[in-house]
Amino acid sequence: MAAAATCGSVAASTGSAVATASKNNVTSFQRRGRRASGTNDSGPRLVSITGTRPSVRNGQLLVSTGLPALDQLLGGGLAVGTVLLIEEDKYNIYSPLLFKYFLAEGIVNGHTLLVASAKEDPANILQELPAPLLDDKCKKEFDEDVYNHKTPESNIKMKIAWRYQLLPKMEQIGPVSSSRFGHYYDASKRMPQELIEASNWHGFFLPEKISSTLKVEPCSLTPGYTKLLQFIQNIIYEEGFDGSNPQKKQRNILRIGIQNLGSPLWGDDICCAENGGNSHSLTKFLYVLRGLLRTSLSACIITMPTHLIQNKAIIARVTTLSDIVVGLESFIGSERETNPLYKDYHGLIHIRQIPRLNNLICDESDVKDLAFKLKRKLFTIEMCWPPHYSWIHPANYLLRALILLFPLPRTMQIKITTIMSYPSNWCIF
Amino acid sequence: MFVELNNLLNTTPDRAEQGKLTLLCDAKTDGSFLVHHFLSFYLKANCKVCFVALIQSFSHYSIVGQKLGVSLTMARERGQLVFLEGLKSAVDVVFQAQKEPHPLQFLREANAGNLKPLFEFVREALKPIDSGEARWTYPVLLVDDLSVLLSLGMGAVAVLDFIHYCRATVCWELKGNMVVLVHDSGDAEDEENDILLNGLSHQSHLILRAEGLATGFCRDVHGQLRILWRRPSQPTVHRDQSFTYQYKIQDKSVSFFAKGMSPAVL
Repeated sequence: MAAAATCGSVAASTGSAVATASKNNVTSFQRRGRRASGTNDSGPRLVSITGTRPSVRNGQLLVSTGLPALDQLLGGGLAVGTVLLIEEDKYNIYSPLLFKYFLAEGIVNGHTLLVASAKEDPANILQELPAPLLDDKCKKEFDEDVYNHKTPESNIKMKIAWRYQLLPKMEQIGPVSSSRFGHYYDASKRMPQELIEASNWHGFFLPEKISSTLKVEPCSLTPGYTKLLQFIQNIIYEEGFDGSNPQKKQRNILRIGIQNLGSPLWGDDICCAENGGNSHSLTKFLYVLRGLLRTSLSACIITMPTHLIQNKAIIARVTTLSDIVVGLESFIGSERETNPLYKDYHGLIHIRQIPRLNNLICDESDVKDLAFKLKRKLFTIEMCWPPHYSWIHPANYLLRALILLFPLPRTMQIKITTIMSYPSNWCIF
Repeated sequence: MFVELNNLLNTTPDRAEQGKLTLLCDAKTDGSFLVHHFLSFYLKANCKVCFVALIQSFSHYSIVGQKLGVSLTMARERGQLVFLEGLKSAVDVVFQAQKEPHPLQFLREANAGNLKPLFEFVREALKPIDSGEARWTYPVLLVDDLSVLLSLGMGAVAVLDFIHYCRATVCWELKGNMVVLVHDSGDAEDEENDILLNGLSHQSHLILRAEGLATGFCRDVHGQLRILWRRPSQPTVHRDQSFTYQYKIQDKSVSFFAKGMSPAVL
């Protein structure tokens, strides 16, 4: 990953609090501004792209997914050059929301957008983006909103954890950068028109493109995928996101959003037949897309209806070819809707895969049982009881009480959930 | 390379066996740390390495290699390492018509072809230079990973043929080693992958299988490694040796311990 590699060396040379690999006996902490070689010339410029920040672990350049809660679970954000695959929930209600949050974050940060869909016109998708909560006044408003909402029921729930009721819910880990990384959005309001018009975006609407006469290279991909790849490659080259165009010096991120990839509307039949003729089309597409992303300053979100794919082998292959895989499982229509454990939540969120980029290890969250709920101004992700729990042993409350009655300093607050998590099928009695 | 893994495998860069095929396999976890281990091991053993990296970019391996004490850029510059970056080459092949045969040419073809151009590339990269002096000890072919070739439209038989040709050239003719990584899809019913995995298991001399723990995620034990020594050419008079260890991956090394003896538990 070219961008990450230069960023890795940049992080070392600017002496930030990021420990990168150290060569033999040479410390990686160097004073700012000491190195003036050509390769690090682009360093300060890379770090200063709005809406990005280096990862705490390895200096990787990260962008926000649009959901600060999800950013925390993914180890700080989505790495530039990688793919975030969202496995759609059954009725496709919550995955478009995550898709829109990602795009809205791009508009707020001034990134270039590329929206591809076979179902909806990208212009309509952009009209429906949620409005950002931009000033601190709004943040205080939202804090109160959460607090007020929580108080009536939280008095019952927070009986044991009462000391933590007073502390804010969201804790930001990692270095706090001066410009905001990750914004909150109001799902009930629309993004202001002037923000959308001021942004630079490209749309790919399949029914329009499939009839036009773009030069089609021979390939065994379905025509829709081939056209989309060419479109993406064109934008990356024309606007200089891969640094190969001598005329264009781009220092911005390209956010690519592809909706419902793999559905029959894209001309693919993996959702209809078990052993269709195009069974390799999707995986080939993902491979070439990965190649394009790794060599450019871009990040991609893909939503895919994996619950419709008949062949489980394809899902396994798709997972290997994607970097981050997040699955959404909504409770609508399932028996969990009436389960008292889940009465506050709308569904479960499964972080199925996190990549190990430039590293042997990755920032896996210890909490594996996460649920989400959508309130007007907030899409929260919280730890919940594992699905197979049908009752809660009183000892669990006692354990929590013992730990929570002795308040820990604030920096340890975020660790409460990780202390209490355990392997997903370990039951305590 | 991980010193503890060298001890478990009873080998060092100076006195490694030659002419062997090592199969790396991962099930429900990420086995890429084994690829990084063998890459740095053979570079330190002063071997000529041909690395077919299909799943990650060069800088990824380079940065991890630095943590393990080898510099891939320098190895590439002095000719010790021939690196085929699959992702970048795929973009070149798909978007521009190539004049000469390209190792990843099969991406442009509609029906499943064969991996002959890729084999030609490997043979060309590892053939001994007739300059007289032997700079490198023996050639090594590393592939990460073979399951991607199945996702790109190759049949399992075509991939097995490719491995067979490579084995004949690299292991038998040039007395070198081969290390390949295959994912085990487990219960995903990937028949092609199972054919590939079973076929390779019968051909390999050493199988390293990284598995996730049966009980689920654990912060202190990242998985279990099964080491299986085989002698495919000789009839098995004694049983194949097999050991199981649990491991925890750290920033620059991996620590191995016997099952249940994790330092976090003791």
